[in-house]
Amino acid sequence: MQVEKFYYDNRIVRAFGYATVIFALVGMLAGLWAAIQIYYPAASLNFAATTFGRIRPLHTNAIIFAFVGNASFAGIYYSLQRLCKTRLFSDKLSWIHFWGWQLIIVGAAITLPLGLTNGAEYAELIWPIDIAIALVWVIFGINLFGTIIKRREKHLYVAIWFYIATWITVALLHIVRSIELPYSLTGSYSWFAGVQDALVQWWYGHNAVAFFLTTPVLGLMYYFLPKAANRPVYSYRLSIIHFWALIFIYIWAGPHHLLYTALPDWAQSLGVVFSVMLIAPSWGGMLNGLFTLRGAWDKVKEDPVLKFMVVAITCYGMATFEGPMLSLKSVNAISHFTDWTIAHVHIGGLGWNGFMAFAILYYMVPKMWGTNLYSKKLAANHFWLGTIGIIIYAVPMYWAGFEQSIMWKSFTPEGQLKFQFLETVTNIKPLYILRSIGGALYLVGAFLMVYNLYKTIRQGKFIANEEAEAAPMIKEQAKKKEYWHRVLERKPVAMLVLSLVLVAIGGLIEIIPTFLVKSNIPTIASVKPYTPLELQGRDIYVREGCYTCHSQMVRPFRDEVVRYGEYSKAGEFVYDHPFQWGSKRTGPDLAREGGKQTDSWHYNHMYDPRSMSPGSLMPQYVWLLDNKLDTSSTAAKIRAMQTLGVPYPKGYDKIANTDLMHQADSIANNLKKDKIESPSNAEIIAVIAYLQRIGKDIKAAPKQPMAVNQ
Amino acid sequence: MKFIHYIEKVSHIDIFGMISLSIFFLFFVVMITWVFKTNKKQFNEISRIPLDN
Repeated sequence: MQVEKFYYDNRIVRAFGYATVIFALVGMLAGLWAAIQIYYPAASLNFAATTFGRIRPLHTNAIIFAFVGNASFAGIYYSLQRLCKTRLFSDKLSWIHFWGWQLIIVGAAITLPLGLTNGAEYAELIWPIDIAIALVWVIFGINLFGTIIKRREKHLYVAIWFYIATWITVALLHIVRSIELPYSLTGSYSWFAGVQDALVQWWYGHNAVAFFLTTPVLGLMYYFLPKAANRPVYSYRLSIIHFWALIFIYIWAGPHHLLYTALPDWAQSLGVVFSVMLIAPSWGGMLNGLFTLRGAWDKVKEDPVLKFMVVAITCYGMATFEGPMLSLKSVNAISHFTDWTIAHVHIGGLGWNGFMAFAILYYMVPKMWGTNLYSKKLAANHFWLGTIGIIIYAVPMYWAGFEQSIMWKSFTPEGQLKFQFLETVTNIKPLYILRSIGGALYLVGAFLMVYNLYKTIRQGKFIANEEAEAAPMIKEQAKKKEYWHRVLERKPVAMLVLSLVLVAIGGLIEIIPTFLVKSNIPTIASVKPYTPLELQGRDIYVREGCYTCHSQMVRPFRDEVVRYGEYSKAGEFVYDHPFQWGSKRTGPDLAREGGKQTDSWHYNHMYDPRSMSPGSLMPQYVWLLDNKLDTSSTAAKIRAMQTLGVPYPKGYDKIANTDLMHQADSIANNLKKDKIESPSNAEIIAVIAYLQRIGKDIKAAPKQPMAVNQ
Repeated sequence: MKFIHYIEKVSHIDIFGMISLSIFFLFFVVMITWVFKTNKKQFNEISRIPLDN
């Protein structure tokens, strides 16, 4: 058989590699800034765009999609060509993919600080960008599957299955999470509400971890670790088993983010059970990786690539043991809303994702420039700075998480709560400082990498198109009349399209009916839709990212009921598009905030939190007092809510603003009585209206008279 | 939208659950059987794919 000569495209890998490095630094700097703001709120510089609530989503999106995303594309495009023994399907598509993705990132960098957000974690980007993501993802898919079809190596090596699973599932996740109804060019409401929105969100959020942060990186591990160690993976059999088990089980784990919340019990239990089962396939991956180095541990001493990979895989194992443990309800009762969650996330993020990205960069750059790494010593220093940085990040956060949780739950012998919420925060301030030192060390290590790679590039010569040759794949001829499925197996495109159609049918059958049902039976009769003013206030709450520090979910624990009030019921959230239960309590829970403070307390608190709560870490929200509320959007928002099933009266959108101004005037009057002058159309009035409404409705439930004889 | 009320109202919903569980279980039994029946030599060849480059 005649061998064919062809060339691997290194240019596209280089482009994604540069983007990876740039956004690694951007994302980590954003993280460091957010971390500093938690103990030094003035670091927000008192601009709306740079407050924690807006910088945090910038950090998460930059790290997940810009840093890990670009690293995965770089690694996938590098390894896929070589595993398939062919050049990428289309150079043109490769570049549209690259520039499309970077434009999306730029879009995120502009919109997030402006407060244009969906208020859903890791799905904050507004609907026009959501559409762009879908388009770019399709282009990536065409390139991915086109390359696989063009391949000269018949067998699809395990790494490629991980890439395929990533592509399919991220497409599904993105579509479902992005089912939203726009009310303007830059705003939309989630089609789901309350409990449903929470379930969709954490089905999405956990599977974003699974299929954006885990499966592509496992695929990369299965290519780059054998290459770096120059030995095959420990057990191919194990890779088959753990691949299928992982992708089956991971999808169900989402509810572990919602334990002890208003999510129905059966869903919580499913999440717990599947999360615990997930230990097995995850550790299958870890063991396969680590055992590949059996008998070759001396190489780890010499090679920085292997150093990073060993710690990465170990952190993966740690995080995938800790995660299932955190999914147990008894453990979750302690950890939820605390910094323990943050510690867990960053073991995985800094250890697994960060270190794997560094490892593949250190591997690919010398190879693509035809030289050796400029300095192994510098890389080793990066390794140690990063590893120590991870430890100094995580340990204080574990401590903070435990301590704060124990303090929340402490009662005096007389049966009263021992600590005010604020005390539990100021108490862990030193640990927040330590954490930012850990993060800073990690960042310094990354800068060392940039220098090292730069010097490597300088001393080498870039190989834009790497020569290779291989025999073409033998086209299997049908020997005799074949079973129909066998025919299909040789036609991968037909197979793919058919599979997608089948999956789509099932998905559509399940989803469409849930939108067609018109009646919306409230579980709790006294729960009513938000007034127009409260709706505007709520959207400001979402805009400012208040949910990143404040939860709205009182769990059925004695200490929470005593501290906040009646625990949260599912029926209270039926009109919440999007839900705002939150994941973290840097500030107190707000689920029963309505009526707890006067309107003027809220005014003063937003102007300067420390005037009402000395020692508070909350930033100042002065612009709320100055900004004029944009009431031109009220009608569109009411109509959108009506479409989503919220029972505003027909035609209410035309008169909504009248009610809005009425309510705003009465709040302004309340403020006046406390000697605060504020125009009725200031944004703060809307925010106060919203805050004063949260959690009040169930307190208004009328006592049912005993029915005697009807 | 009460999610759980839809599930309750679908007729024979319990059978669907049973079918899904069976598919899940059967798939894994078949896969594990196949994995352990396939001979070692084939796996050794396949795991060398990234290295023969």
